[in-house]
Amino acid sequence: MSSAVVPLVEVRGISKRFPGVRALEQVSLSATPGEVLALIGENGAGKSTLLKILAGVQPPDAGEILVDGRPVRFRGVEDALARGIALIHQELNLADNLDLAGNIFLGREPRRAGLLRRAKMHREAATWLGMVGLDLDPATPLVDLPIGRQQLVEIAKALSTNARLLIMDEPTSSLSVHETETLFDVVRDLRRRGVSVIWISHRLGEVRKLADRVEVLRDGRNAGGIADRADIDHDRMIRMMVGRDIDRLARRPSHSPGATVLAVKGLRTPAHPAHAVSLEVRAGEIVGIAGLVGAGRTELLTTIFGITPAAAGEVWLGGQAVTLRSPLAAIRAGIALVPEDRKQQGLVLEMAVRENMSLVTLWPESRAGFIDGQAERRLAAEMIPALAIKTPGDRQAVQFLSGGNQQKVVIAKWLAMKPKVLLLDEPTRGIDVGAKAEIYDLIHRLAGSGLAVLFVSSEMEEILSLSDRALVMHEGRLAGGLDRGDLTEENVMRLAAGGPLGRMSA
Amino acid sequence: MSEQLAGRAPVLGRMLRGLVSPKIVGIIGLLTAVCLYTALASDNFLRVNNVENIVHRTALFGILSIGVAFVIITGGIDLSIGSVVCLVGVLLPWLLVEHGWSVPAGVGFVLALGAVIGLVHGLLVTRLGLQPFVVTLCGLLIYRGVARGLTQDQSQGFGTAFKGLRSLATARFPIFGDGGFQLPATTLIFLVIAVLAAVFLNRTVWGRYLLALGCNEQAARYSGIDTGRMKLLAYVISSTLAALGGMLFVLDINAAQPSDFGNFYELYAIAAAVLGGCSLRGGEGSILGLLVGSALMVVLSNMINLVHPRYQNVEFAIIGGVILAGVIADELVRRVSRRRPAA
Repeated sequence: MSSAVVPLVEVRGISKRFPGVRALEQVSLSATPGEVLALIGENGAGKSTLLKILAGVQPPDAGEILVDGRPVRFRGVEDALARGIALIHQELNLADNLDLAGNIFLGREPRRAGLLRRAKMHREAATWLGMVGLDLDPATPLVDLPIGRQQLVEIAKALSTNARLLIMDEPTSSLSVHETETLFDVVRDLRRRGVSVIWISHRLGEVRKLADRVEVLRDGRNAGGIADRADIDHDRMIRMMVGRDIDRLARRPSHSPGATVLAVKGLRTPAHPAHAVSLEVRAGEIVGIAGLVGAGRTELLTTIFGITPAAAGEVWLGGQAVTLRSPLAAIRAGIALVPEDRKQQGLVLEMAVRENMSLVTLWPESRAGFIDGQAERRLAAEMIPALAIKTPGDRQAVQFLSGGNQQKVVIAKWLAMKPKVLLLDEPTRGIDVGAKAEIYDLIHRLAGSGLAVLFVSSEMEEILSLSDRALVMHEGRLAGGLDRGDLTEENVMRLAAGGPLGRMSA
Repeated sequence: MSEQLAGRAPVLGRMLRGLVSPKIVGIIGLLTAVCLYTALASDNFLRVNNVENIVHRTALFGILSIGVAFVIITGGIDLSIGSVVCLVGVLLPWLLVEHGWSVPAGVGFVLALGAVIGLVHGLLVTRLGLQPFVVTLCGLLIYRGVARGLTQDQSQGFGTAFKGLRSLATARFPIFGDGGFQLPATTLIFLVIAVLAAVFLNRTVWGRYLLALGCNEQAARYSGIDTGRMKLLAYVISSTLAALGGMLFVLDINAAQPSDFGNFYELYAIAAAVLGGCSLRGGEGSILGLLVGSALMVVLSNMINLVHPRYQNVEFAIIGGVILAGVIADELVRRVSRRRPAA
């Protein structure tokens, strides 16, 4: 911006209100050609609203948008696309049943006399796929691709509309470490070609690696920026986002774990029946499971919990074998699972906070099948302050809570049953920095009180800072274990990619 | 309504909350409007006999509606209700009159048959993973075919016999003395079922499980709920209440023609449930709403008979139109009230 380059896109003094909420207040932002601008802020800071306005999904109440220095008005997504601005949603907008070419040209298929020109479509699709490093047959069905590659297809689709500015909303939230690296390479390549990228992410490590410049939003306003690559720094970004200092993800002080609580012996999941997994978690211990998406981490947890039927193997809890038949059997044995997908698997969104919290313990707390309403209210009254859940009341439908508070409700639901083992799958996905720190703190406290914790995470920082010990999975098997001393990003990456460790500790 | 009230008397609190929910208010408003219009347009509407008849028929259809509501709450559908009504309606007199079964055996058999039908539906849906629409559509065809085949398509009735059993559906209790309004026995049966259903849905663990799995089946399963067994239960309830309804219908009318007895009753029941606040997406439903929804269906039909007898041939179209208008209004209200910040 220091040079005389005309910004590709600039917004000036944008404001947007929703009933009862001021989403954006006098926000300004610009993106020059060929730069990667990271837009960061806590949930509710206004990032999503701003990018929707940029992409023509919603009009601003006040302020102006300039493209190539000229003011424009977007009446819809098509207007923004025509100006070269494309939004890539967090949830991909692709059709599973079509092939890659069909997805890239969906709604814009080359045709003659109403008939598709398949050859032309496939030829052009191959070019766009090549731009994002996908050397695949355009006739490949989309479902055959892992999610990381589907994301690249979405980018190819945006490029095929001659997009000059790509807005990416948390593009790495469901990608593995490896897929994330691939995406970085693609973005760097786009930058060389002069394409601009606005990158929205909660993962500050990514921002540090990738961004040329950072803009921070807080409470719907500009909260500063970092103009120089060299100044992009973790603590500084957090300070700007929350407006105060937050303790960095502090590692737990060293401590000695207790007796073995969870023992998994030769467990084979239906996803990877060729590999038997064995592991142990001791009381008070936090064990992280790292690995690429598709390495079988989620299946391992759901099999222990009885959701996915085990192909073979045993799970022992405090010296007793657990029948792996149903979640109910796992719950009775003392196992809890905070699942990967909070909205689909963790919560009944339409139901109240207290009704969600009591769902697991409803039966044991009931009298002859009748719900004990007092016990239910007592549970909510105990959990809401204990977990610092921000909600207007225990009758609030959980769909209206923020992601972090929703996740706390899920955790509260499981704490209600007083588990011996807590399994967590991506415990902080899509949760802002402040709430993340609280959830880490909570997990520390729970482990401190003797709970055995086993968690899966695709976020390197989370694995490194939260785990007492990490296990790394590769294509269905345990590729290795890393004790505190060996727990480095490099070692995790090597094991996750299926490589050997330079120096094995044990 | 305060927290305190709800705290001290949860049942009352919940019922009051149900009463004031906008959906119920809308449907009560619609019912009131149709009643007012009919009362003004026809002197016969408020006559004791007519009111008795409305209350009586509301009860009969309400029983079917409560049954199907349980299935709708789980996100399913039961299209076989009308045919179950028909099968039970012809089987009961056929068994008692033609085959000389005892009353307890006949009644027990038809109710058990309903439960078994529901069990089969439920097993096909939960174990085999078939779609509820398909399973119960086949049921609709099969049970009517069986009913017509068993009876050679001959009308079945009790004649002048079984007065005692028939009084289950025909008895009237003069609660306001002679000559005044007499409460139909069917209404009492309906009220008992409605209270049991409301308590079951709102106060028991299983009712909560049904509502939870109707909203989000996966989350319910991840919380340790045996979702398959709960859905099975919903289908058993639906078909059993359909069988009870079929029994009361035939006891009331005293004759069942296999080719058309109970025709379209599943659609009346589903319409009443939807009008009463059940979402076909699952997870929602109130028993009070069902009562009002059923009453609306009956009053609409009554209005056409009394006020516009010329239009009796288009009765279905009028009822369909009013329901559609109600559902559209409901959706519009919902959209306005849902306009919440997207940020």
